[in-house]
Amino acid sequence: MSIFKRIVAAAALVCGLSSLPAQAQLEITVTGGDVGALPIAIVPFAQPAGLTTDLAQVINNDLQRSGRFRTLAREEMRQRPSEMASFDPAPWKQQGIDNVVIGKAWDDGKGGFVVRFFLVDSLSGKQIIAYDYPIRNVSQARYAAHWIADKIYEQLLGIPGYFNTKIAYVVAKGLGFQRTYQLVIADSDGENPQYPINSRETIMSPSWSPDRKKIALVGYERGRSAIYIYSTETGQVQKLVSEKGINGSPAWSPDGTKMAFVLSFETNPDIYVMDLATKQRKRLTDHYGIDTEPAWSPDGSKIVFTSDRGGKPQIYEMSANGGEPRRLTFQGSQNLRPSYSPDGKSIVFVNTDGGQRVAVQDLTTGVMRVLSSGPLDEGPSFAPGGAVIIYSSQGPKGRQLETVSIDGRVRLTMRQAGGDVQEPAWSPLMK
Amino acid sequence: MIKNKVLLSALFASMLALGACASKGDKTASTPTPSTGSAYNDTAGAGTQLGGEDARTAAERALSNNLVYFDYDSSAIKPEYQSVVDSYAKYLSANPVAKVRIEGHTDERGTREYNIGLGERRANAVKDALTARGVTPAQISVISYGEERPVAEGHDESAWSQNRRAQIIRQ
Repeated sequence: MSIFKRIVAAAALVCGLSSLPAQAQLEITVTGGDVGALPIAIVPFAQPAGLTTDLAQVINNDLQRSGRFRTLAREEMRQRPSEMASFDPAPWKQQGIDNVVIGKAWDDGKGGFVVRFFLVDSLSGKQIIAYDYPIRNVSQARYAAHWIADKIYEQLLGIPGYFNTKIAYVVAKGLGFQRTYQLVIADSDGENPQYPINSRETIMSPSWSPDRKKIALVGYERGRSAIYIYSTETGQVQKLVSEKGINGSPAWSPDGTKMAFVLSFETNPDIYVMDLATKQRKRLTDHYGIDTEPAWSPDGSKIVFTSDRGGKPQIYEMSANGGEPRRLTFQGSQNLRPSYSPDGKSIVFVNTDGGQRVAVQDLTTGVMRVLSSGPLDEGPSFAPGGAVIIYSSQGPKGRQLETVSIDGRVRLTMRQAGGDVQEPAWSPLMK
Repeated sequence: MIKNKVLLSALFASMLALGACASKGDKTASTPTPSTGSAYNDTAGAGTQLGGEDARTAAERALSNNLVYFDYDSSAIKPEYQSVVDSYAKYLSANPVAKVRIEGHTDERGTREYNIGLGERRANAVKDALTARGVTPAQISVISYGEERPVAEGHDESAWSQNRRAQIIRQ
């Protein structure tokens, strides 16, 4: 029997679940210098009144919060061209803005719009790239803007943009057994939240499949936990494993054929890997300490995890086939919940010295850098491409999502209307 | 399009449907003692007393103390909570068909899945204390909620100390 029952009407009737959070409030904080950030100006687009999304603002926010760009404030723009014919490179050159994005949109006469943009090199005055992007209706406008931001990012940095992606997270509200949970899937900037799963019992630890068609998560029912797989295409939820005790920390292998997770039924929390085709599973750790929070290296050869086998929780790495783990973290009394950067050269995790903060460690040098200020930051992971890290922090109205660029310079806070917003998981890039 | 689904627990559905709209202002801010600080304390049999208690009522009252609180990142049962374990050991030994579920909880510090492990360790510490007193293991089930079911809001020791708990619930 599937426990995720389709009860559309019932969900709307329970007052605790019917008040969905309003759209995210974005607040971008830029601190420190901007060495290495490319100067760019995103000129407001000439758009018809019916196209209410400020396309240039969405593009601007995407590029700015990556930490890789320094965007020119609108009030400092001396011209606001929307076509190449009216583009004068001189004022931009004077302001040291190497790249300028201009554009416009128009009604297509069928209820949709066409968005046209140019990325212009202000030194030569020549266009670098230009595209027309048709959209069916106004609700597609943000995706057009994210797509444009991806194009600019890739053109100027030589690596794919990651703005047309999704973030899955959990929202929890209330205390004790009145606490309710939702799985939320939103755009990469927190907008357009969708609420595919509501629960009166705990849900946690969402993890995307590499093809972004599925999300594994932990759910509880009647005093028992289980690992489920939710299909973003069909809306179906299937139970993968439910042993006595803990069923936790699901993590897809990079090729999507296996899943690592934590079970405690044999003795205490240990890490297992299941072949998703055969459902055969193998126990990778066997220790009286807590072994949990596994994450795969990008090449699938290693697994990094949290263990308190040494007394306090620290981070260990082992072969994805098991074997003797090697301790990676030595700085600080506790280090937990690791995951790899997309290039596999570093890990991000929670360090508990001076509060609970997000830290990155270079796996070659062993050098650790703290990137957030705490005091209760948790659940960090890299965005695709590795330019920023997303995590959850304690805000004035509950837990909230933040991103920080890997140089620590640009921080973005996504505030929601209420509840605790936790455990963000960034979707892989669309392949 | 939003696809609404409800992960429905038959056990708690009716209770929550009634309780979900209640004010959140009724939580206690007391320091943890075995008998206070829970949003769903098991108070069966703890009614108003007229005159002296008989032995049965006294035993019921002892069972209403069903919370064991822990130090940070610890699963050691402190001396002041041994009486909670003693009461339940006596009750379960005297009633071989009776069953309890022990729920383990943590405060919000540390990461969520690690805290699931720590909560299970706390619940197992209570289970082990009961079986050491002669209770049959089959009478006891264990579940960890980690930091997912706080009873006290706030981000300081007074809230954390109430959330680091194991609760024994009669089935």
